[in-house]
Amino acid sequence: MTPLVYFQLLSAALFVIGLYGVLARRSAVLVVMSIELMLNAVNVNLIAAASHLEGTGSFVNFDGQIIAIFVITIAAAELGLAIAMILRIHRNRGTVDLDEMNLMKW
Amino acid sequence: MTWLFVVLSVSTLVGGLGVVQTRNVVHASLFLLMSLVSVAGIYLVLFTEFLALVQVLIYGGAIIIVLVFAIMLTRTSEYPRITDNRQWPLAAIAALALGAVLAASFWANPHTYSAAQSPAFSELANSLFTRWAIPFEVASLVLLVALIGAIIIARTGNGGEGSP
Repeated sequence: MTPLVYFQLLSAALFVIGLYGVLARRSAVLVVMSIELMLNAVNVNLIAAASHLEGTGSFVNFDGQIIAIFVITIAAAELGLAIAMILRIHRNRGTVDLDEMNLMKW
Repeated sequence: MTWLFVVLSVSTLVGGLGVVQTRNVVHASLFLLMSLVSVAGIYLVLFTEFLALVQVLIYGGAIIIVLVFAIMLTRTSEYPRITDNRQWPLAAIAALALGAVLAASFWANPHTYSAAQSPAFSELANSLFTRWAIPFEVASLVLLVALIGAIIIARTGNGGEGSP
Protein backbone atom coordinates (compact mmCIF):
# COMPACT_ATOMS: atom_id res chain seq x y z
CA MET A 1 0.00 0.00 0.00
CA THR A 2 1.29 3.39 -0.94
CA PRO A 3 2.14 5.55 2.07
CA LEU A 4 0.17 8.71 2.62
CA VAL A 5 3.18 10.98 2.16
CA TYR A 6 3.45 10.17 -1.55
CA PHE A 7 -0.13 11.26 -2.13
CA GLN A 8 0.60 14.43 -0.19
CA LEU A 9 3.68 15.12 -2.28
CA LEU A 10 1.69 14.56 -5.48
CA SER A 11 -0.94 16.97 -4.17
CA ALA A 12 1.70 19.58 -3.33
CA ALA A 13 3.28 19.26 -6.78
CA LEU A 14 -0.05 19.63 -8.54
CA PHE A 15 -0.95 22.64 -6.39
CA VAL A 16 2.38 24.29 -7.16
CA ILE A 17 1.90 23.75 -10.90
CA GLY A 18 -1.54 25.33 -10.66
CA LEU A 19 -0.18 28.25 -8.65
CA TYR A 20 2.47 28.90 -11.28
CA GLY A 21 -0.23 28.84 -13.96
CA VAL A 22 -2.41 31.32 -12.07
CA LEU A 23 0.48 33.70 -11.52
CA ALA A 24 2.19 33.47 -14.89
CA ARG A 25 -0.50 33.05 -17.53
CA ARG A 26 -2.03 36.00 -19.34
CA SER A 27 -5.09 34.37 -20.89
CA ALA A 28 -8.11 34.31 -18.59
CA VAL A 29 -9.21 30.85 -19.74
CA LEU A 30 -5.80 29.40 -18.91
CA VAL A 31 -5.93 30.97 -15.45
CA VAL A 32 -9.29 29.28 -14.87
CA MET A 33 -7.79 25.95 -15.94
CA SER A 34 -4.93 26.44 -13.48
CA ILE A 35 -7.44 27.13 -10.70
CA GLU A 36 -9.10 23.80 -11.54
CA LEU A 37 -5.70 22.13 -11.15
CA MET A 38 -5.27 23.67 -7.70
CA LEU A 39 -8.75 22.52 -6.61
CA ASN A 40 -7.92 19.01 -7.78
CA ALA A 41 -4.71 19.06 -5.78
CA VAL A 42 -6.69 19.91 -2.66
CA ASN A 43 -9.12 17.09 -3.43
CA VAL A 44 -6.30 14.57 -3.78
CA ASN A 45 -4.97 15.62 -0.40
CA LEU A 46 -8.40 15.41 1.24
CA ILE A 47 -9.27 12.01 -0.16
CA ALA A 48 -5.85 10.50 0.51
CA ALA A 49 -6.02 11.64 4.11
CA ALA A 50 -9.61 10.45 4.42
CA SER A 51 -8.83 6.96 3.22
CA HIS A 52 -5.59 6.59 5.18
CA LEU A 53 -6.55 8.00 8.54
CA GLU A 54 -8.94 6.44 10.99
CA GLY A 55 -11.63 8.77 12.23
CA THR A 56 -11.04 10.31 15.62
CA GLY A 57 -13.54 12.03 17.86
CA SER A 58 -16.63 13.22 16.05
CA PHE A 59 -15.08 12.64 12.62
CA VAL A 60 -15.59 9.42 10.78
CA ASN A 61 -13.20 8.17 8.16
CA PHE A 62 -15.11 9.29 5.09
CA ASP A 63 -15.85 12.88 6.05
CA GLY A 64 -12.95 13.86 3.82
CA GLN A 65 -14.72 12.32 0.84
CA ILE A 66 -17.86 14.33 1.55
CA ILE A 67 -15.86 17.55 1.87
CA ALA A 68 -14.25 16.68 -1.47
CA ILE A 69 -17.74 16.37 -2.99
CA PHE A 70 -18.48 19.89 -1.73
CA VAL A 71 -15.20 21.13 -3.18
CA ILE A 72 -16.21 19.72 -6.57
CA THR A 73 -19.60 21.46 -6.25
CA ILE A 74 -18.02 24.81 -5.46
CA ALA A 75 -15.54 24.30 -8.31
CA ALA A 76 -18.40 23.81 -10.76
CA ALA A 77 -20.19 26.96 -9.53
CA GLU A 78 -16.97 28.95 -9.68
CA LEU A 79 -16.23 27.76 -13.20
CA GLY A 80 -19.70 28.78 -14.42
CA LEU A 81 -19.35 32.27 -12.98
CA ALA A 82 -15.79 32.67 -14.24
CA ILE A 83 -16.75 31.65 -17.76
CA ALA A 84 -19.70 34.06 -17.72
CA MET A 85 -17.41 36.89 -16.64
CA ILE A 86 -14.84 35.99 -19.29
CA LEU A 87 -17.49 36.01 -22.01
CA ARG A 88 -18.80 39.36 -20.78
CA ILE A 89 -15.35 40.93 -20.71
CA HIS A 90 -14.56 39.52 -24.12
CA ARG A 91 -17.75 41.03 -25.51
CA ASN A 92 -17.17 44.42 -23.92
CA ARG A 93 -13.45 44.82 -24.48
CA GLY A 94 -12.63 42.34 -27.22
CA THR A 95 -9.84 40.66 -25.32
CA VAL A 96 -9.22 37.99 -22.71
CA ASP A 97 -5.73 39.27 -21.92
CA LEU A 98 -5.54 39.79 -18.17
CA ASP A 99 -2.73 42.34 -18.54
CA GLU A 100 -5.08 44.66 -20.39
CA MET A 101 -7.82 44.50 -17.74
CA ASN A 102 -6.64 47.51 -15.74
CA LEU A 103 -9.86 49.51 -15.36
CA MET A 104 -9.72 49.35 -11.56
CA LYS A 105 -5.99 49.99 -11.33
CA TRP A 106 -4.65 53.42 -10.49
CA MET B 1 4.67 2.23 -3.84
CA THR B 2 2.70 0.52 -6.50
CA TRP B 3 3.50 0.99 -10.15
CA LEU B 4 -0.06 2.12 -10.84
CA PHE B 5 0.34 5.08 -8.50
CA VAL B 6 3.62 6.02 -10.18
CA VAL B 7 2.12 5.88 -13.67
CA LEU B 8 -0.93 7.92 -12.65
CA SER B 9 1.17 10.50 -10.80
CA VAL B 10 3.46 11.01 -13.77
CA SER B 11 0.44 11.34 -16.04
CA THR B 12 -1.18 13.86 -13.67
CA LEU B 13 1.93 16.00 -13.39
CA VAL B 14 2.68 15.87 -17.12
CA GLY B 15 -0.88 17.02 -17.79
CA GLY B 16 -0.52 19.85 -15.29
CA LEU B 17 2.78 20.97 -16.74
CA GLY B 18 1.24 20.85 -20.20
CA VAL B 19 -1.57 23.14 -19.04
CA VAL B 20 0.85 25.77 -17.78
CA GLN B 21 3.41 25.43 -20.56
CA THR B 22 1.70 24.94 -23.91
CA ARG B 23 1.04 27.88 -26.20
CA ASN B 24 -2.11 26.41 -27.71
CA VAL B 25 -5.25 26.89 -25.62
CA VAL B 26 -7.04 23.84 -27.03
CA HIS B 27 -4.00 21.70 -26.27
CA ALA B 28 -4.08 23.13 -22.75
CA SER B 29 -7.65 21.96 -22.30
CA LEU B 30 -6.72 18.48 -23.55
CA PHE B 31 -3.76 18.37 -21.15
CA LEU B 32 -6.17 19.39 -18.39
CA LEU B 33 -8.46 16.51 -19.36
CA MET B 34 -5.51 14.10 -19.14
CA SER B 35 -4.59 15.42 -15.72
CA LEU B 36 -8.15 15.24 -14.38
CA VAL B 37 -8.75 11.69 -15.61
CA SER B 38 -5.45 10.64 -14.07
CA VAL B 39 -6.62 12.14 -10.79
CA ALA B 40 -9.70 9.95 -11.11
CA GLY B 41 -7.32 7.01 -11.39
CA ILE B 42 -5.57 8.19 -8.23
CA TYR B 43 -8.95 8.08 -6.49
CA LEU B 44 -9.34 4.49 -7.66
CA VAL B 45 -5.93 3.66 -6.19
CA LEU B 46 -7.30 5.06 -2.92
CA PHE B 47 -10.40 2.81 -3.19
CA THR B 48 -12.80 5.74 -3.36
CA GLU B 49 -14.83 4.61 -6.33
CA PHE B 50 -17.62 7.14 -5.89
CA LEU B 51 -15.24 10.08 -6.07
CA ALA B 52 -13.60 8.59 -9.16
CA LEU B 53 -17.02 8.36 -10.79
CA VAL B 54 -17.86 11.93 -9.84
CA GLN B 55 -14.47 13.13 -11.06
CA VAL B 56 -14.88 11.55 -14.48
CA LEU B 57 -18.47 12.75 -14.84
CA ILE B 58 -18.08 16.32 -13.63
CA TYR B 59 -14.50 17.22 -14.48
CA GLY B 60 -13.91 14.97 -17.46
CA GLY B 61 -17.35 15.65 -18.85
CA ALA B 62 -18.91 18.92 -17.81
CA ILE B 63 -16.00 21.17 -16.92
CA ILE B 64 -13.85 20.33 -19.93
CA ILE B 65 -16.84 20.86 -22.23
CA VAL B 66 -17.59 24.24 -20.64
CA LEU B 67 -13.94 25.27 -20.98
CA VAL B 68 -13.83 24.24 -24.62
CA PHE B 69 -17.01 26.24 -25.23
CA ALA B 70 -15.41 29.24 -23.55
CA ILE B 71 -12.35 28.90 -25.77
CA MET B 72 -14.59 28.62 -28.83
CA LEU B 73 -16.70 31.67 -27.91
CA THR B 74 -13.70 33.84 -27.12
CA ARG B 75 -11.61 32.67 -30.02
CA THR B 76 -9.49 35.55 -31.13
CA SER B 77 -6.23 35.79 -32.96
CA GLU B 78 -4.55 36.86 -29.76
CA TYR B 79 -4.41 33.43 -28.16
CA PRO B 80 -1.02 32.46 -29.63
CA ARG B 81 0.34 35.87 -28.65
CA ILE B 82 -0.74 35.99 -25.01
CA THR B 83 0.97 33.18 -23.18
CA ASP B 84 3.07 34.13 -20.19
CA ASN B 85 3.39 37.55 -18.65
CA ARG B 86 6.59 39.27 -17.77
CA GLN B 87 6.51 38.16 -14.16
CA TRP B 88 6.83 34.47 -14.94
CA PRO B 89 10.28 34.05 -13.33
CA LEU B 90 8.89 35.55 -10.12
CA ALA B 91 5.86 33.26 -10.40
CA ALA B 92 8.14 30.25 -10.82
CA ILE B 93 10.19 31.26 -7.80
CA ALA B 94 7.07 31.77 -5.67
CA ALA B 95 5.62 28.42 -6.77
CA LEU B 96 8.88 26.57 -6.09
CA ALA B 97 9.18 28.20 -2.66
CA LEU B 98 5.64 27.13 -1.75
CA GLY B 99 6.35 23.65 -3.07
CA ALA B 100 9.51 23.40 -0.98
CA VAL B 101 7.62 24.43 2.15
CA LEU B 102 4.78 21.99 1.47
CA ALA B 103 7.10 19.08 0.67
CA ALA B 104 9.24 19.75 3.72
CA SER B 105 6.21 19.88 5.99
CA PHE B 106 4.81 16.66 4.53
CA TRP B 107 8.16 14.91 4.92
CA ALA B 108 8.64 16.22 8.44
CA ASN B 109 5.36 14.74 9.68
CA PRO B 110 5.05 11.33 8.07
CA HIS B 111 1.91 9.48 9.02
CA THR B 112 2.33 5.78 9.41
CA TYR B 113 -1.33 4.88 9.08
CA SER B 114 -2.10 2.48 6.32
CA ALA B 115 -5.78 1.80 6.59
CA ALA B 116 -7.02 2.68 3.07
CA GLN B 117 -10.30 0.87 3.17
CA SER B 118 -13.28 2.36 1.47
CA PRO B 119 -16.64 2.85 3.15
CA ALA B 120 -19.60 1.37 1.36
CA PHE B 121 -21.75 3.56 -0.84
CA SER B 122 -24.61 3.24 1.63
CA GLU B 123 -22.48 4.56 4.49
CA LEU B 124 -21.35 7.49 2.38
CA ALA B 125 -24.89 8.33 1.32
CA ASN B 126 -26.16 7.90 4.84
CA SER B 127 -23.61 10.33 6.19
CA LEU B 128 -24.20 12.80 3.35
CA PHE B 129 -27.93 12.97 3.99
CA THR B 130 -27.85 12.93 7.78
CA ARG B 131 -24.76 14.53 9.28
CA TRP B 132 -24.05 16.67 6.22
CA ALA B 133 -27.63 17.41 5.21
CA ILE B 134 -27.50 21.15 5.91
CA PRO B 135 -24.21 21.75 4.04
CA PHE B 136 -25.70 19.68 1.20
CA GLU B 137 -28.72 21.97 0.99
CA VAL B 138 -26.53 25.06 1.22
CA ALA B 139 -24.43 23.70 -1.64
CA SER B 140 -27.52 23.36 -3.77
CA LEU B 141 -28.43 26.96 -2.94
CA VAL B 142 -24.91 28.08 -3.90
CA LEU B 143 -25.25 26.27 -7.22
CA LEU B 144 -28.60 27.95 -7.89
CA VAL B 145 -27.25 31.41 -7.08
CA ALA B 146 -24.18 30.82 -9.25
CA LEU B 147 -26.38 29.65 -12.12
CA ILE B 148 -28.62 32.72 -11.94
CA GLY B 149 -25.61 34.99 -11.58
CA ALA B 150 -23.91 33.44 -14.59
CA ILE B 151 -27.03 33.93 -16.68
CA ILE B 152 -27.37 37.56 -15.62
CA ILE B 153 -23.71 38.32 -16.21
CA ALA B 154 -23.41 36.61 -19.57
CA ARG B 155 -26.65 37.60 -21.29
CA THR B 156 -26.72 40.43 -23.78
CA GLY B 157 -27.89 43.56 -22.01
CA ASN B 158 -30.18 44.87 -24.78
CA GLY B 159 -33.10 42.55 -24.11
CA GLY B 160 -36.46 43.60 -22.68
CA GLU B 161 -37.05 45.89 -19.75
CA GLY B 162 -35.13 45.36 -16.57
CA SER B 163 -31.92 44.56 -18.36
CA PRO B 164 -28.87 45.99 -16.62
